[in-house]
Amino acid sequence: MSDARNQVGAEARERAVLEEPDIQRALTRIAHEILERTKGGANILLLGIPTRGAILARRLAERIERVEGLPVPHGSLDVTMYRDDLRMRPARALGRTELPPDGVDGKTVVLVDDVLFSGRTVRAALDALNDLGRPTAVQLAILVDRGHRELPIRADYVGKNLPTSKSETVKVHVREIDGRDAVLLMKGEAE
Amino acid sequence: MKKHLISAADLSREDALRILDTAEELAQVSERSIKKLPTLRGRTVVNLFFEDSTRTRISFEAAAKRLSADVINFSAKGSSVSKGESLKDTALTLQAMGADAVVIRHGASGAPQNLTQWVSGSVVNAGDGTHEHPTQALLDAFTMRRRLGDLAGRRVAIVGDVLHSRVARSNVLLLHTLGAQVTLVAPPTLLPVAVDAWPCEVSYDLDAVLPKSDVVMMLRVQQERMNAAFFPSAREYSRRYGLDRDRMARIHDDAIVMHPGPMNRGMEIAAEVADSARSTIVEQVANGVTVRMAVLYLLLGGSEPAIGGTL
Amino acid sequence: MSITIKNARILGGDPADIRIENGAVAEIGTGLSGGETVDADGLVALPGLVDLHTHLREPGREDAETVETGTRAAARGGYTAVHAMANTSPVADTAGVVEQVWRLGQEAGHCDVQPVGAVTIGLKGERLAELGAMADSAARVRVFSDDGLCVNDAVLMRRALEYVKAFDGVVAQHAQEPRLTEGAQMNEGEVSGRLGLAGWPAAAEEAIIARDCLLAAHVGSRLHVCHVSTAGSVEIIRWAKSKGWNVTAEVTPHHLLLTDERAETYDPIYKVNPPLRTAEDVSALRAALADGTIDCVATDHAPHPVEDKETEWAAAAMGMIGLETALSVVQETMVDTGLLDWAGVADRMSYRPARIGRLTGHGRAIEAGAPANITLYDPSVRETVDPTAFASRSRNTPYIGMSLPGRVVATFLRGRPTVLEGKIA
Repeated sequence: MSDARNQVGAEARERAVLEEPDIQRALTRIAHEILERTKGGANILLLGIPTRGAILARRLAERIERVEGLPVPHGSLDVTMYRDDLRMRPARALGRTELPPDGVDGKTVVLVDDVLFSGRTVRAALDALNDLGRPTAVQLAILVDRGHRELPIRADYVGKNLPTSKSETVKVHVREIDGRDAVLLMKGEAE
Repeated sequence: MKKHLISAADLSREDALRILDTAEELAQVSERSIKKLPTLRGRTVVNLFFEDSTRTRISFEAAAKRLSADVINFSAKGSSVSKGESLKDTALTLQAMGADAVVIRHGASGAPQNLTQWVSGSVVNAGDGTHEHPTQALLDAFTMRRRLGDLAGRRVAIVGDVLHSRVARSNVLLLHTLGAQVTLVAPPTLLPVAVDAWPCEVSYDLDAVLPKSDVVMMLRVQQERMNAAFFPSAREYSRRYGLDRDRMARIHDDAIVMHPGPMNRGMEIAAEVADSARSTIVEQVANGVTVRMAVLYLLLGGSEPAIGGTL
Repeated sequence: MSITIKNARILGGDPADIRIENGAVAEIGTGLSGGETVDADGLVALPGLVDLHTHLREPGREDAETVETGTRAAARGGYTAVHAMANTSPVADTAGVVEQVWRLGQEAGHCDVQPVGAVTIGLKGERLAELGAMADSAARVRVFSDDGLCVNDAVLMRRALEYVKAFDGVVAQHAQEPRLTEGAQMNEGEVSGRLGLAGWPAAAEEAIIARDCLLAAHVGSRLHVCHVSTAGSVEIIRWAKSKGWNVTAEVTPHHLLLTDERAETYDPIYKVNPPLRTAEDVSALRAALADGTIDCVATDHAPHPVEDKETEWAAAAMGMIGLETALSVVQETMVDTGLLDWAGVADRMSYRPARIGRLTGHGRAIEAGAPANITLYDPSVRETVDPTAFASRSRNTPYIGMSLPGRVVATFLRGRPTVLEGKIA
């Protein structure tokens, strides 16, 4: 996340790699792939990782509903308490965890996040899920896969594969929070 | 930076809201089948209790264990605590064990603050003498917020032995921080002499305060006060300051009744009031674990504490 | 043996030389010489200080202080005489104990030790101790006190006041109504309420002082009030003095400087009896010392071993040491504020306490013929208080780490240096 001080200098170094129509298309494609892979979305639960992953999960749920005409359960799963880098920063505020009343047992859970990088967040999400119940299967949907995995984790659904260098930063903006949809690539690490 | 939770005054409004919001998220953990988070794995929390308080100790113990911390219970009652060395020597022992946090209950006001000199971890005050009990105030605020929403502008009456109550002191400070309006109600003998300097109102008349209160918090009257001429008799106290059915009828429909426990039923609170739907007394106990989880997480969960005061 | 002190500013006046011979001041003038020379350029010469209220702890608590270490501390503080309080173990309530303490003082030789006798046997407040025997002993006791405890029984207090008239004695009362202060930990007020420490109402001190003033007037005796700590006490003493009653009073250095807000740290180094009071009390005490309502400064030097202070507040011992910092605190609070000049300091720290204690060899002006009890003081320096440099066996000073003005450079007891260059001679 960057602060105001950073953004002034960042304008020049920051490049939009996906704009709103690209993101819309990517989400629509992922929605169709999910339907395909899960035999029409039977028994799925979309769980977004706060904050932007939760918003993307809701959008995916809306798209699937539009296609199938059935409500798709979705929610959010905060993984803060399961992170392996907690001791590298002061204790941080928790995101929301919102699950449907019948929980995760027996569901095909699709985890949704904005960027897949080291894989550590997904690892934390798998641990969190393990404490919540026993899904039939867990899949992973990602808007941007930027590579540089540090754990044996790969996404089932990818909006865009984006080759990056480790020193670059990828930021996903969503309308609901940032006022516009975009995926930005920045030189240098964000503060 | 080393930070502690000694007084409710250590918490800024931002800190207090962060604790309450965190607790709101953590409340879900208590409803799951696996009531455990791995967050504090490898951290050691010592419960150092110089006074008997099974309820508070169990609450902290459950909170620490749900966060996967190692818990060491050190009951110092019965050892020679009247003589000074023991607090320091005990502290040095805990220090040698590598305590990341020490939760201390002590009969002497200020003991938690003294302890901070001798241990390197965070100190959490679980009640010191007649001084403070900040996590009780936090769980009370959490309970109120769940029932009533935002506390800004809410009117809270705290009734009873304010003079000797660490719960009252912490509640006045925290509720003031959160924007609530507190009125202390007690016979003049059970109020501190300079109570007018506190950020609250004071009244001797419970009946006048009840109708405009959103929360009525009854404090326990200790047995020993009854024999020390603070008031003429238990019967007179109960008649003037007890919350009975008649008085209950005078509080408005959405108002809640709280008690930090343990209660003297029939003394400061009538049994049917304690057991009514307005009463939050059982919720308060459950909320205690959640709020203490939030406090321990925010003190120990990161590279440095995210809340608390420095000394 | 003769010594010439060169260029000393006597009571802060113009530089002059003081020639000492055979333990007495022989001559004051300029260009004097003879014997050893002590250079006192820029130093203020004061009459040797007299403390009416010192706890030397011997016999009984030699782990906290002894007559030897306590009188070394006194000498380093510029004192040539101290009154040793009676609450030792055994209590100084017989001729035997007071003579023992007096003799220990003679042997140590750093300053004169004048024992105070207990008013009641064992400080129990039940029966009068043998006051006459103590008065007639080698220690020639004139000040009687149950300090640490109040002589609470009004009849007993009346009898004590009456009885000591026979030998021109004085009862020094520790004014503390015991029922009002049961379990009390600090001044009762806004701070005690906030800290949850049991309060010590000002009225508990004032009620006893008022009663004792009335009793002293009624029986026509002398009353001395120990460690006055509240503005209300000052008013009562002022009223008693306006009546012409024979009432004197002392204030401690710490009550002139520190307030009850110190307790916010819960550091028991600030726990003391009577407790630190409010800023209003401090300014009333300063004004009363300046106008003479309060006669003198007395240290209430109360040494305690480390373990009695490194503890939670309620379990800690009450008291602070003060001999080695008293003059600096008085400079800070009274001289540098313009409330007293150096002549005033001599009056409040030497002349008047000596007069109250009936010490004829102390508290005399620095003039030819007087015993050469002299303190040389440098008011121009400012130092951080470092208790490890103290001569006292204990370290419980509330001023640790504080910056205070002034330094005692030399002390002379009947012409003999007990301190030179700030060190025990």
